[in-house]
Amino acid sequence: MTIKKQDVLIIGVGGQGIILASDILGEVAIAAGYDVKKTDTIGMAQRGGSVVSHVRIASHVWSPLIKEGDVDILLAFEKLEAARWTPYLKSDGLAVINNHAIPPLSVSLGTSQYPTNQEVANILRQRTDKIYFIDGTDKAKELGDIRTLNILMLGYISSLLPIKLEIWQDCISKTMPPKILDINVRAFEQGRKESTRVNL
Amino acid sequence: MKKLLSGNEAIALGAYHAGVSVATAYPGTPSTEILASISQFNDIYAEWSTNEKVAMEVGLGAAYAGVRSMISMKHVGLNVASDPFMSAAITGINGGMVIVSADDPGVHSSQDEQDNRLYAKFAKVPMLEPSDSQEAYDLIAIAFDLSEQFDTPVLFRSTTRISHSKSVVDVNKNRTAPKQPLFKPDMPKYVMLPAYARMRRPLVEERLMKLAAYAETFPYNQIMWGERKLGIVSSGIAYQYAREVFPEASFLKLGMIYPLPHKLIRQFAEQVDRLIVIEELEPFLQEHIQAMGIKVSGKEFIPRIGELNTLIVKNAATGTGLLAKPQQQKPTVSLPPWLPARPPLLCPGCPHSGMYFVLSTMGQRAKLLDADGRAQKEPGLIVNGDIGCYALGTNPPLRVHDTTTCMGAGIGHAQGMEKAGVGAKVVAVIGDSTFLHSGITGAVNAVYTQAGITIIILDNNTTAMTGHQEHPGTGISAQGKKTKAVDLEQLVKGIGVSDVKVVDAFNMKALRAAAKSSIDNPELSVIIVRGACVVQVKRRTAPSAIDAEKCDKCGVCLMIGCGAIQKDNDRIYIDTTLCVGDICTICQQICPKGAISSMPTAEAKK
Repeated sequence: MTIKKQDVLIIGVGGQGIILASDILGEVAIAAGYDVKKTDTIGMAQRGGSVVSHVRIASHVWSPLIKEGDVDILLAFEKLEAARWTPYLKSDGLAVINNHAIPPLSVSLGTSQYPTNQEVANILRQRTDKIYFIDGTDKAKELGDIRTLNILMLGYISSLLPIKLEIWQDCISKTMPPKILDINVRAFEQGRKESTRVNL
Repeated sequence: MKKLLSGNEAIALGAYHAGVSVATAYPGTPSTEILASISQFNDIYAEWSTNEKVAMEVGLGAAYAGVRSMISMKHVGLNVASDPFMSAAITGINGGMVIVSADDPGVHSSQDEQDNRLYAKFAKVPMLEPSDSQEAYDLIAIAFDLSEQFDTPVLFRSTTRISHSKSVVDVNKNRTAPKQPLFKPDMPKYVMLPAYARMRRPLVEERLMKLAAYAETFPYNQIMWGERKLGIVSSGIAYQYAREVFPEASFLKLGMIYPLPHKLIRQFAEQVDRLIVIEELEPFLQEHIQAMGIKVSGKEFIPRIGELNTLIVKNAATGTGLLAKPQQQKPTVSLPPWLPARPPLLCPGCPHSGMYFVLSTMGQRAKLLDADGRAQKEPGLIVNGDIGCYALGTNPPLRVHDTTTCMGAGIGHAQGMEKAGVGAKVVAVIGDSTFLHSGITGAVNAVYTQAGITIIILDNNTTAMTGHQEHPGTGISAQGKKTKAVDLEQLVKGIGVSDVKVVDAFNMKALRAAAKSSIDNPELSVIIVRGACVVQVKRRTAPSAIDAEKCDKCGVCLMIGCGAIQKDNDRIYIDTTLCVGDICTICQQICPKGAISSMPTAEAKK
């Protein structure tokens, strides 16, 4: 099986390791013989703002930006961001959401409110019923380092793409510094295991 | 070898392989990674220049000396560097010189949206524009060849979406041997006295005609025939969107967008039923083609404001009848209007937070401003901000900047307001890198004109917003070597400011005292607020915690705008994963109830 077209939108909050995750996904797709384009919109912030990364995999890719309504996999590291980027998802696309809230400051200041999981799911259901909340942050904490969240999330979607496991493992070991490689390998395996538990 | 490279990385690698000897830049999104990448090669000279004008002058000097130089900057950087740039256009070069201008359509991280293709026409120099990383890698080498062949600086245009997109690059070259420096005096060429400048003028026109002839056969100006019903002229990233929306159409794709190949354009136009231009920002290509007497459209339906994307191009094409309306409309998604936005913030532990908290509480500022940041009355304190992370302090709850325009401008604005005679006290706030970039001249002017303003230099010892580049104040070169550091305190004293205070960025009492005494001083005063950028400080200690029994939920700590301090269901608490610990403690110092303290280390570990 080969990929005809796979548009993956990885979203979350600055500091969650989104850019690294999309870089690895891009390298994996190249190693598997595809054309890849990826682009990030980071805006102004070093930390704390919305981060969006578009990864497009196909035999030939033109625009690096995914067209609104075309996303095959929405990989959200944060719940509010999942809701915000719903219009990008295609009908019946897949939404994988880290069950974790990072409330914007306006929520703390009392000028806005954070959506409940139900509200996030209701927004997503305008596009798809394939909505999966996973306890990524909690699992990463259990592994011993919250920063492994990005690799754990990648592990989760790795089983959905027809790309050999060895390519993933190879790219991760090439990208990660030796000191933190072991914990990230375990995070990847954990994520992959989580996804096989549900019938995606 | 195939590599996944960003446009900026591809430009850097391509220039390195083209034998560049000297690379200069001032950091600016989306251009920063060009110099950051090329500076990693130790066999070239690379510098973070004080500002873009200096970068241009250094690059031009190197080119005069006979070696290849590359100067990179964001679109507004070319405004700063435009004076030496215009001179370079008239003197020409010796070694090849390429100026990379990275535009920011959509204003992702800038103060304006401008189309720097117009600079090519203005300066009468050629401009190349890649449409992906492979072309960025290939075209930058050609740019150096063109520069030497036609004795001209070459503009190389990128945009945010080219610079910050990664695509596959076949890295198929090795480094060309760099040229040996040799400067042979040639006064009529290099000394722009009026008599010599007049002699150079016709040469510039001749050069442009030769370049236009060359453009006709330039291999990156390319016709790709499809159906002849529709012919599309495009370049850069817009070409990718156009190609995706119109897979069947014929294309004239331009890799050199100035000067334009008239014969090629006519040939293309004559063989298609309808001719359109799809370009981002200004109708640069369209107006040129119209001026040739050719019927063409584009900006009648393609927006001239903001960044394009495939959907915008598709909708524009559908709206104007170029594409049939789809039979079935996709159901649209409606997002609830109450969904909170997530504006970028100052980081937890940011050394700007303390002084900004002080300023936000002075002169009735917080009370006068409405939710949109407007006020009907003059506050007691006016704050002229500048370009850098601290501009994020404009967002609630701090709401500190009253003006922010371009690099270094805040000091001049403050002096202008004071000379205009406003009743308020006037302050200028500027970062260390920005002060060195172009704040110094404003400060000299303030000394000379005896301005009674206060200049606050937020010194975090780095260029933080663009990703922590070195600058003349850090004492480290772009290539990581130890060098001389410019001492800001000595600098401002040296130009004649007598009231100069240096304050610890995390000492709230000292910050407030300094702000009060300096602002009350009728003469010019400078406060240097010193504290390292928290992103660069690796040390973390036990986080702060709020004692729920002592806390009366007054909410003062929320007014710092610290992302670690959160509130839900009437409980105010500190997110232990975000709080940076003892290097900050601003919340501990301002809590009226003394309810915030550092967690015992043992407890924090749980």
